[in-house]
Amino acid sequence: MTAVAAEPTDPDSPVGRADPADPTGRPRATGRGRLVLARLLAARGAVAGAVLILLLFALAFGGPYLTPWDYAAPDFSALHQPPSAEHWFGTNGVGQDVFAQTVRGLQKSLIIGLLVALFSTVLASVVGACAGYFGGWADRALMFLVDLLLVFPSFLIITIVSSRLKSAGWIAFVLLLALFNWMITARVVRSMTLSLREREFVRAARFMGVRPLRIISRHILPNVASFLIIDATIAVGGAVMSETALSYFGFGVKAPDVSLGTLLAAGTSEAPVFPWMFYFAAGLLVLFVLAVNLVGDGLRDALDPTAGGAPRRSRRSPRSRRSWRKQK
Amino acid sequence: MTTAVETPLLAVRDLRVDFVGPHGPVPAVRGVDLTLRRGETLGIVGESGSGKSVTALSVLGLLPGTARVGGSVRLDGRELVGLPGRELAAIRGRRVAMVFQDPLSAFTPVYRIGDQIAEAVRVHQPVDRATARRRAAELLDLVGIPAPDRALDSFPHEFSGGMRQRAMIAMAIANEPDILLADEPTTALDVTIQAQVLDVLRTAREETGAALVLVSHDLGVIAGAADRVAVMYAGRVVETAGVDELFAAPRHPYTLGLIGALPRLDGHGGPLVPIPGAPAPMSELPPGCPFAARCPLVEERCSAAEPALSGEDGHRAACVRSAELAGRRPAPSEVYPVPELPPGPSGGDRAGRAPVLSVSGLGKTFPLLKGTVFKRKVGEVYAVDGVELDLREGETLGLVGESGSGKSTTLFELLKLGAPETGRIELLGHDTARLTRAEAQRLRAELQIVFQDPMASLDPRMPVGDIVAEPLRAQRAPREEIARRVPELLRQVGLDPEHAARYPHQFSGGQRQRISIARALAVRPKLLVLDEPVSALDVSIQAGVLNLLQQLKAELGLSYLFVSHDLSVIRHLADRVSVMYLGRTVEQGEVSAVFDHPRHPYTRALLSAVPLPDPAAERARDRILLAGDPPSPTERRTGCAFRTRCPLYAGLRDTAARELCERERPTLDDRAGVDHGLEVDHGAACHHPQ
Amino acid sequence: MLRYLTKRLGYYAALLIAAVFLAYAISASALQPRTYFDAKVPRPSAESVEHQLTSLNLNDRTPVLVRFGHWTGGLLHGDLGRTIHDTPVSDDFGRRVWVSLRLMLLGSLLGMLLGVAAGAWSAVRQYRISDRLLTVLSFVLLSTPVFLVALFLKNGAIAAKDAAGHEVVPFTGYETPGLTGGLGAHLADWALHLLLPTVSLALGGLATYSRYQRGTMLDVLGSDYLRTAEAKGLTRRRALLKHGLRTAVIPMSTMFAYSFLGIFTGAIFTETIFGWHGMGEWLIQSINEQDVNSVVAINLFTAVVVLASGFLADTLHAALDPRVRS
Repeated sequence: MTAVAAEPTDPDSPVGRADPADPTGRPRATGRGRLVLARLLAARGAVAGAVLILLLFALAFGGPYLTPWDYAAPDFSALHQPPSAEHWFGTNGVGQDVFAQTVRGLQKSLIIGLLVALFSTVLASVVGACAGYFGGWADRALMFLVDLLLVFPSFLIITIVSSRLKSAGWIAFVLLLALFNWMITARVVRSMTLSLREREFVRAARFMGVRPLRIISRHILPNVASFLIIDATIAVGGAVMSETALSYFGFGVKAPDVSLGTLLAAGTSEAPVFPWMFYFAAGLLVLFVLAVNLVGDGLRDALDPTAGGAPRRSRRSPRSRRSWRKQK
Repeated sequence: MTTAVETPLLAVRDLRVDFVGPHGPVPAVRGVDLTLRRGETLGIVGESGSGKSVTALSVLGLLPGTARVGGSVRLDGRELVGLPGRELAAIRGRRVAMVFQDPLSAFTPVYRIGDQIAEAVRVHQPVDRATARRRAAELLDLVGIPAPDRALDSFPHEFSGGMRQRAMIAMAIANEPDILLADEPTTALDVTIQAQVLDVLRTAREETGAALVLVSHDLGVIAGAADRVAVMYAGRVVETAGVDELFAAPRHPYTLGLIGALPRLDGHGGPLVPIPGAPAPMSELPPGCPFAARCPLVEERCSAAEPALSGEDGHRAACVRSAELAGRRPAPSEVYPVPELPPGPSGGDRAGRAPVLSVSGLGKTFPLLKGTVFKRKVGEVYAVDGVELDLREGETLGLVGESGSGKSTTLFELLKLGAPETGRIELLGHDTARLTRAEAQRLRAELQIVFQDPMASLDPRMPVGDIVAEPLRAQRAPREEIARRVPELLRQVGLDPEHAARYPHQFSGGQRQRISIARALAVRPKLLVLDEPVSALDVSIQAGVLNLLQQLKAELGLSYLFVSHDLSVIRHLADRVSVMYLGRTVEQGEVSAVFDHPRHPYTRALLSAVPLPDPAAERARDRILLAGDPPSPTERRTGCAFRTRCPLYAGLRDTAARELCERERPTLDDRAGVDHGLEVDHGAACHHPQ
Repeated sequence: MLRYLTKRLGYYAALLIAAVFLAYAISASALQPRTYFDAKVPRPSAESVEHQLTSLNLNDRTPVLVRFGHWTGGLLHGDLGRTIHDTPVSDDFGRRVWVSLRLMLLGSLLGMLLGVAAGAWSAVRQYRISDRLLTVLSFVLLSTPVFLVALFLKNGAIAAKDAAGHEVVPFTGYETPGLTGGLGAHLADWALHLLLPTVSLALGGLATYSRYQRGTMLDVLGSDYLRTAEAKGLTRRRALLKHGLRTAVIPMSTMFAYSFLGIFTGAIFTETIFGWHGMGEWLIQSINEQDVNSVVAINLFTAVVVLASGFLADTLHAALDPRVRS
């Protein structure tokens, strides 16, 4: 406790010593990153979610090496077999190993989810920040575009277009999903940019002659980063749900590729009789999205300083709008 | 202490409040004793985080759920701490009522003002709707809201700040309570409105006979309104006394420092003494006296134990050396080290110095938009409508005005470095309307700004070193120069260059403002625009920043355009002052001329509304109360803009003189010094100046 | 308020026109009706395919703009064109629209009301057992796609049927075919058929609304005006209901506008899964048959529903919040 002895007034530079660097002598240099991590670790849900995600990734990418069965090759000696030591998740009607299939499908679904979240978040942040920062006609045109794309459920447009994309494969499908998944995020980024633009540090930069694109990249985007991280996290879950739903109805991933959606579609009709064909895939799907949502929620609490933990009734700050996703 | 067996109206004993946080409980109030007698006014004064508001809120159990309250609060002998919610509700609003700080957020936005006041009546009195509504109208009338019947149907957002605070007081006195708790009731308001609200509070007390607990950070407000004062620091009362006694002979070094750190409107009181350091966070208070680390009179025994509140004649202080202070009665500057400040610009020949900034006839309108989602233009706001400024090398020009007077718009027009909508801006000899892009970019280096809120003006995601370097980068300074300049700048504003890698949130408010100043100085500007640079800071911190500004100005030969709503600060710092009302310059001139002999009736009212931290002087003063709020700037009136609130115009008997105010817009008369027979630079835009 | 709403209406009209054009352009260029005819057995002659395509306004050799012009001309007379089977689109439309609307309205209203109630309750009881339970439940629901919820419910109903030996809750169609009896019997039958699809649709809404409402309610709980209401002498309960909840539901109106997007998507799934002959099933079927005119009609329907719900949300917002009106 050096606190009491700290900083007797220095007669030589009284002004300079008016408030010494650290009145308490406490090492206050704990970075923001560590603070966020500490808060994140304090949230049990987030930790559980993160562990779950890691396990699922390990399963998706390590799983194929654990089983001798290939996801496509049929075993004609075992049709419609329940889970056993040989076929861990059982087999389907043509004797394919359900574990190999599920792991393979999980892999595809995870990759699609990650890529869609990445692309759509980048698109949303660029469009939202530009619309909000430049304002005027650029803003109006971009927001009309956002509203226009929001008139239709993305599902609708994707189903129509995807019938044309038969040959283009799943990457085209990823782009399509990303293309119809950025609008709400862009809106939130825009409104955050609008208020950031009026914040004094942005004004100060403008008055110093800093150029607009530099202001956006150095000041605006870093300050919406925490929202974007949260949103992207939750978007992974949303994208996986969209992917499975579309694939379930035959508009997404198509044979020979498998995803959780195609597996569910294949297993649905037989679910009452051969539940292993349906419930393993369904369970993993729900588990993964749940884990992602838990992490997203934990991140929100950890990154948003106004959310919880603040003991004092603080001045009402424009709280970053809680994000929410449309149900899929 | 009276020995009579009179139960006090309100007795707070050993009140303790902790807030439960993620890292264990954090104390906010640490053993507060207060006594309130019938009909008296008790002022609680303290800086942010001192626990004054928490003390007031805990009386009625209005703290959030994370608070743990201990100790005792007795109303007429009845214990309130731990009382069940239903019984407490019967006391709230009926026997003890509250006036909150921010009246916009304190009213429910979706209900009409009248309904909210009537609700307060009906909670405690068995009356029907119509009676309650009539009572609400009476109350609004009592607090001076014009056309109360119409006002009943307004929503909170349709009221101005002053009107909302009046309505809040009306609601508080609806059931004629015995105690009014006012938590910073005028903090968000302009001085002339503050004067009105304090007057209403006085009326309300006279009307109901209620005792008042007035919580404020403003020593002036307390000096003018309170009978007795309690000074709080770090969750405890460190000194309590009758108001005259406290201001005349403070016995705690903190109180002494507060008084010394406050710039005064009347120019008395000598140089500002900054209290060194900043309050320690409540979560890690050192053992012993919490003020010891900042105290110039600190001794060994201070760190041993926290001194108890002691003393006689109702004047008690929590300091081991209070007896010594009581005996010696030192001035603040005798206890606190006073910085040596270099003298101001060599007076006299102003005309000989080079002009830095001259603005004439500046005007700026905004389209008036309606609707929140879809905006449509329905008119124009005349935000700035005739501003004149004249700033010479080495001077500080104070720009004074209340909110809505167009100060900020004026600044932004200057900083835009473009052609103004109307009028002319000349900066360092360049007409801003004729600048090329490259010239404007170069000129930006000569003109820098320091904003009001040091938290908002520093990007929270950037290390301090990068923040300070930003203007250098914008001017494309070479890398080596940036590396050399940054530590130099940090040292110049009194910060440790080692801290360049830290982030803004790791600094205290005063330090952050120093970072802002360092950033502004980075490109060696000639003119610094200071937009309310100290109004977000506590008094004890503020003095240090003001002193720094004065020192830098002298060392670097800067000129300042100092914008503030705080006239005391302007008086302390500026050489010349320019007063704005409704987008126009109404008076300008040399500081002492304007402050000692104001000629425009608005300036006179403004000056009389500023409370002095001196109870005797405060009581002796005549106050000019302005009626109502400034009119909306959407209408461009012919004649004088101040007419609607002008006491001078209201008192004019001569029709021709009145018509002159109505017909003709007054211009700044530059009859320098004619009135006082001296060569003084002083002009006012009034047809009938004093 | 009226001017505000008129202005919004104008914007929505512009959006509708742009959206319908977009939908037409996408559908007409992405779908290939020609392949439908080419795949017919026996394969029709080239001229007859050409002729049929042209008469149905589906010929991809006609520029999209011209086809759109034809289609718009018909639309102005209330004609939605003809399906690929050469029947009027409006026949299908008229039959299916009520089936879907019934489900969507009920599902969204139920989801919203229950969600708002659950969210507000959860916020008031923050960190207590009931809040934690609701939170866990809503997280699980949020993480389950609607089609999966519907499948779970359906499988449950099938299992119940197998266990009980007869159908406990109906899980196919929206009425029992050939049901005799009075109006009462029919209504009861309808209600019973509505149960599972509505629940699967409402559950997602419930979860979303309750999370969001919990957030806004928590904001309100810390607000100054709630403290004022208590300082006046209102009990906590009354202050919460009268001042807190009333203000906290305002943002829900915005949510309502977006939620219809999700509801429509959800309806597509539930209809298909529960064998309802509604818009959703029609969409999947007509995309598979490359039936441009039907697809466009469904898009038109969606756009109108979404924009109408947007307008409704604006009206609701203006009615709830006096700050918007002025």
